Amino acid sequence: MERKSINFGYAIVQDRQIDFDANKHEICRAVAVAEPTLNLCISCGTCAATCSAGLFTDFSLRKVILLLKRGETEGLLKEVSKCMLCGKCQLVCPRNVSTRNLVIQISKALINGKP
Amino acid sequence: MTFDLFVIPFFGGLLFMIIVLFLKYSRWIAMMDASDRVKAGMAFFSASLPVTIREIFWESLLHRRMFKKNPLLGFMHMSFALGWLLLILMGNLESRIYSGGHINPPYYPIFLKFFIHDKRVLPFEIFTLPGFFRFTMDLLLLFVLSGLGLALFKRARSKWFGLKRTTRHNSFDKWAIISLWLIFPLRLLAESFTAGIYQGGGFLTNSLGHIFAAFLPLKYLVYPSWWAYSSMLGIFFITLPWSRFMHIPTEIVLIFLRNAGIEQGKYPGSFSQIELRACPRCGVCIDVCQMNEAGLTGSSAVYLIRSLREKQAGVFLHSNCMMCGRCLEACPVGIDTLGLRVGARGVDNRQIEADFTYLAKQPVPATKADVVYFAGCMGHLTPGVKNAMIKIFERAGIDFNFLDEDGSICCGRPLKLAGMQTAASKLITENTKAILGTKAKILVTSCPICYKIFNTDYNLNGMQVMHHSVYIDTLVKEGKIVLEPAAFRAVYHDPCELGRGSGIYEQPRNVLKQIAEVADVAQDRENSLCCGGSIGDLAMSAVQRNIIRDGALSILCESNPDMLVTACPLCKKTLDTGNGLIVKDIAEIVADRMTVSIKQTVSRSLAGQMSV
Repeated sequence: MERKSINFGYAIVQDRQIDFDANKHEICRAVAVAEPTLNLCISCGTCAATCSAGLFTDFSLRKVILLLKRGETEGLLKEVSKCMLCGKCQLVCPRNVSTRNLVIQISKALINGKP
Repeated sequence: MTFDLFVIPFFGGLLFMIIVLFLKYSRWIAMMDASDRVKAGMAFFSASLPVTIREIFWESLLHRRMFKKNPLLGFMHMSFALGWLLLILMGNLESRIYSGGHINPPYYPIFLKFFIHDKRVLPFEIFTLPGFFRFTMDLLLLFVLSGLGLALFKRARSKWFGLKRTTRHNSFDKWAIISLWLIFPLRLLAESFTAGIYQGGGFLTNSLGHIFAAFLPLKYLVYPSWWAYSSMLGIFFITLPWSRFMHIPTEIVLIFLRNAGIEQGKYPGSFSQIELRACPRCGVCIDVCQMNEAGLTGSSAVYLIRSLREKQAGVFLHSNCMMCGRCLEACPVGIDTLGLRVGARGVDNRQIEADFTYLAKQPVPATKADVVYFAGCMGHLTPGVKNAMIKIFERAGIDFNFLDEDGSICCGRPLKLAGMQTAASKLITENTKAILGTKAKILVTSCPICYKIFNTDYNLNGMQVMHHSVYIDTLVKEGKIVLEPAAFRAVYHDPCELGRGSGIYEQPRNVLKQIAEVADVAQDRENSLCCGGSIGDLAMSAVQRNIIRDGALSILCESNPDMLVTACPLCKKTLDTGNGLIVKDIAEIVADRMTVSIKQTVSRSLAGQMSV
């Protein structure tokens, strides 16, 4: 979206509500069963900072996990398919989340509706 | 008399087994790619046939690799395999004495002592033809029975056989093994009872027959004992195609196909089906597996293979593995355990698709140099390694191109190990484009994971791929860098992907020896331990990884070295626990200990004179 005003590098984000009624939580629950370390994530973003794929595109595992936890799973499969599974995020994660398996389990859960 | 009803269980079982084996093998041959079938057909007439026969003799009969593992274990397997085969062959020859040289029905040699009571020969007469055979047959039976004794003893004291842990067998295998174990004692009883009544046994059966005759009503026991012997053979043959003993015929087929140049290919293909059945479940792979230390005892190669064969493998089985290759190294049958596991993962993850269209925007490097350097993802996580390499390139005066200076695309090996071959191929295509775009002659990489897949899956038009340890070794040998020794003692840790994975053991050691005193490690080279950081595993927790790392560290640091040196950024990162032990990559040590070489000094001073 082009803005006519001077661009200071900031954007105004629309105020939004998380709609728990509309969102799917069973996907997140299924992933947490398949890879329990999902629950350890504190969304610090270290994974996204080191990400090899993040260098070329706006892929961010932090964002994926946040959306998953909110249940906003639409378009998430396309997003998560950008991961190269290289494992850098797993090595830097301060909470020892098994990020590689997490990515696989998110994909599986989204494809099958359950893992 | 050349027939009796009691031979039916044996003969029926044998026929049943032959028919089942024929059907199974036919199906696998039909499943093969046409090109593989041609290769297999050609192998009957090519130079690989003598190699195959030799290998079958050494491995399937003598069990040489088992002997290397443990002499008792080797003898146990050899006595069953070689002993039984010789019993069959010698029995066949012996039976021809009594049939005027004709070939007899298959059951006749097996039960010869029931049909023929040769009273002409005395018990210990061994220099006549019948006497020789009688003596040999008893000796061979004793040979097999000694193996049986060892097998029973192994149940109680497996450590004597070099096995801390043995395979936990399922009930079907237990039935199969009981029938196998009973075959030979029953044969001994049947032949002894017969000899006790009719004479005509060898040194063993005749003596036992006399003893039994003293207190047993042999005339009532002799016929049932032949029935029991025949029935046990029948049970064994009927259970064989579905039990672990399917490895007996299948290992021979596997050796033949492997020597014919046929590869595992796509899973589940016919080659992998044959591999699954060639596993004897000996359990040699269990002890070498470091997953045991972390309490993950159920996912060893033997259990994965059994579950795959029985189509029951779950995620736990195939994902809990670091792909370090220790089981592959230990397997006496040479089954590609890693390939099977990757195959199983591939089936499990087949629906997952990857989308790497964003990579197309990647710039192709413009500058031209003979050497291109690829640090890899892990190289970027441990910048000390890539900085050291840059320093080395510059000191050696090498014109190089840093392909992934601004961060790399993954090489594809992690995806491949997760069974996602299609996704990996997309990365391989992109990387190949970038690498070939540099028009370099040598590709140097710091990461053994990248190195492995560059060699196995990339087509780089003859560009030489070198791991940085090998490249440094070459630079040192060419005198382009000169190393200054220092007074410290180091141990070298072989990274799995570089050592077992790619066969590079000596070059990093050569380099390290020029700088430091290198102490021995109890488990090194092919037996090197995995650091626990492997990207091959998908399921382990960080705690379990740390247990494995600590186990490896305790072996590596037995000699209390000043420094732990490795050649893999991931191993370095994993092994560096911050407990005071210095952990460095070979490139970092070299970068620290480089001096200006004489050649360089001369050329520089010459350049100085010119400018004056």
